[in-house]
Amino acid sequence: MSRVLLNGNAAAAWGARLARVDYVPAFPITPQTGIIETLAAWFASGDAEGRMTTCESEHSMVTAAAAAAATGVRVFTATSSQGLLYAMEMVFAVPGWRAPFVLVNVSRALATPITLEPDHSDVLAARDSGFLQIHCASCQEVLDSVLLAYRLGEDPRVRLPVIVNQDGFHLSFTREPVDLPDAAAVDAFLPPFDAQQAGFRASRPVSQAVAVLGGSPYSYFRYQVHLAQNAALAAYDEIAADFAARFARQHPAVEAYRCDDAEIVYFLIGSLSARARLAADRLRASGLRVGVVRPRLLRPYPAAALRALLAGKRAVAVVDQNLSMGSGGILHGELGGALHGHADMPLLLSFVGGLGGREVSDGEFAAMAREAFAAARSGEVPEARLLYTAGELRELRKLQAVAGLAPGSPR
Amino acid sequence: MSEARYRSLRELPGVHALAAGTAMCAGCGGLEALHEVLDVLGTRTVVINAAGCMTLLASYPFTPFHGSWLYTSMASAPAGAQGVRDALDLLRSRGRIGADDDLTAVVLSGDGSAYGMGLSATSAAIERGLDFIYLCYDNEGYGNTGQQTSAATPHGARTPTSPGPAGHAGEKKDLFDVWVAHRPRYAATVIGAEPLDLARKVQRAASLAGPRLILALAPCPTGWDYDPMHGVDIGRLAVRTGIWPLKEYVDGAVVHTHVPHPRLPVEAYLSTQGRFRHLFEPLRNDALIGEIQQRVDRYWQNVG
Ligand SMILES: Cc1ncc(C[n+]2csc(CCOP(=O)(O)OP(=O)(O)O)c2C)c(N)n1
Ligand code: SF4
Ligand SMILES: [Mg+2]
Repeated sequence: MSRVLLNGNAAAAWGARLARVDYVPAFPITPQTGIIETLAAWFASGDAEGRMTTCESEHSMVTAAAAAAATGVRVFTATSSQGLLYAMEMVFAVPGWRAPFVLVNVSRALATPITLEPDHSDVLAARDSGFLQIHCASCQEVLDSVLLAYRLGEDPRVRLPVIVNQDGFHLSFTREPVDLPDAAAVDAFLPPFDAQQAGFRASRPVSQAVAVLGGSPYSYFRYQVHLAQNAALAAYDEIAADFAARFARQHPAVEAYRCDDAEIVYFLIGSLSARARLAADRLRASGLRVGVVRPRLLRPYPAAALRALLAGKRAVAVVDQNLSMGSGGILHGELGGALHGHADMPLLLSFVGGLGGREVSDGEFAAMAREAFAAARSGEVPEARLLYTAGELRELRKLQAVAGLAPGSPR
Repeated sequence: MSEARYRSLRELPGVHALAAGTAMCAGCGGLEALHEVLDVLGTRTVVINAAGCMTLLASYPFTPFHGSWLYTSMASAPAGAQGVRDALDLLRSRGRIGADDDLTAVVLSGDGSAYGMGLSATSAAIERGLDFIYLCYDNEGYGNTGQQTSAATPHGARTPTSPGPAGHAGEKKDLFDVWVAHRPRYAATVIGAEPLDLARKVQRAASLAGPRLILALAPCPTGWDYDPMHGVDIGRLAVRTGIWPLKEYVDGAVVHTHVPHPRLPVEAYLSTQGRFRHLFEPLRNDALIGEIQQRVDRYWQNVG
């Protein structure tokens, strides 16, 4: 093992290299490009053995990835934002092929307006596709999660593709100290890809991704993917325990920070959780019992683990770095569904923040906790909040004036 | 060219690679072409399909294919072929499978995919030199969804989305030339009604490596509106009127494998199909028929 400084993109590439991926179909998009450029350089220099094919689109890239996985090689690919959406037809199609591979998504907000900065609207659009989803909060986690993802996706109980998500900029372009596991130790954790009965061979013809006639066989195969996702919950816990035993790093399905005695918790995914942890520390210094709950696994959804962690808490401030327009924060809605009807569950408050790279300030974290305590005391849940300060609005009004538009214009 | 070449219909394979009994319409010209192509290619194939009529060939748990099958999407069948081919190459080079387990990757798509939605993926696959055969059955419309106008619909044909008195105002895209502009290893036009010409071209394609196109005009009784019993006649008329030139591109040159002489007037072909009925009834549209004839004449003048 050695410790190096890596940004999230390099960490993802190292994960793929240590997993000894055979094949990488690729297409560039900011902020993902560092991943495929790093792998291309290693394939060219011979530092890693693998083949890259540059596709003409992400739709083709995901098709090629799944087709190669279905032929029996270990496949890695990566994208972001518009790229993930461009591929979306295939993102929803290929889980049904039951051919595992890993796709690193570097989260970036979606148009319109156009931006390069992060939020989770891209990866959450793939939420119902059948891909498993692991969400990372550090560069170390990105590397480790790629390895965990191969073990999990290739597990005979699962056999599904996996998205490993990292935040653009905050992880992709931020260097952090990362422990590089020894290749031999990774080989022991992650044996070569066993294609099982998959793979097109002259001696063993296979029909993949065929049509069905009627809702009954259709439902059967869709249920199969759902049940495999559910089976991935237990499989994940085993695999993460094995990983911890070998590499001394814990990556539970749900990370709980200072939660044991917490009355109030922040609930969020990704690298923004680092700020939530600092906020919890500051609030605890002033005597308030605050913790942080961060699911790493979003598909399958670790509902039972979340209920166990949140039972007895008074209120949860859900911070969504995404916005389902016309509904609200996606994590908030999902958590409500998981907790509703169970005894001893906390009140849920919804905050939407961090869209398109917008900072969520320390003051806002403190204010969210204050609101959560107030809700706990009164028993009344306030309306969902869209985080935006008066100062920001003033700045925006200035931009609108420059653009010659009336204040309050939607454009 | 020194490779083996079928000399007569009697030499064509008698063993069929594709089983009978499919969900295609009776008299489907696309299925006819697919049968003839696979008879030559054999069963060591993986057919990578794009959305269209043929997608229903493999319906769980049945398939008429003795080889493998992978359905992808309307736009990305060539990318599916890329992934399969790349993976087979990797498995071969690492000794994980032997040569006897290797397969020919065959994309199977309709015109809607080949001329339109899948063209970007096709162009990229050719440019990368992908070793595959692209079989397009061209029924000149989005057949599976009801024969709406596609980029392959001929000028003047009436379709559900070109229902006016003059039919489709646009021109049929020349996919053969689009491929030739990419300098592929091989490209050919074929039709199921000329099985010897088709078999020879598939045989030649099979002897080469790289991107190869087999573009089959596919008479479609359902979409073109004619009695299925006339399918072969209509196919032959497409050739004899010069509307569907039979040709191949290999080693940088285009060669016509059949020059119709004398050429029959186009109306001999047009009048067989309901999609062109408005050219003849209730009033004969001499201007439009003449226009179509002129286009064909001009094509053959340039062939010289
Ligand atoms: C992305 C997408 N859009 C639309 C469709 C609906 N669709 C299915 S088959 C088809 C027509 C395909 O036309 P063509 O490639 O000519 O094949 P044919 O149906 O004529 O066999 C269409 C439009 C689809 N499957 N996928
Ligand atoms: S609609 Fe045409 S192409 Fe499609 S199956 Fe029927 S005859 Fe064949
Ligand atoms: Mg068609």
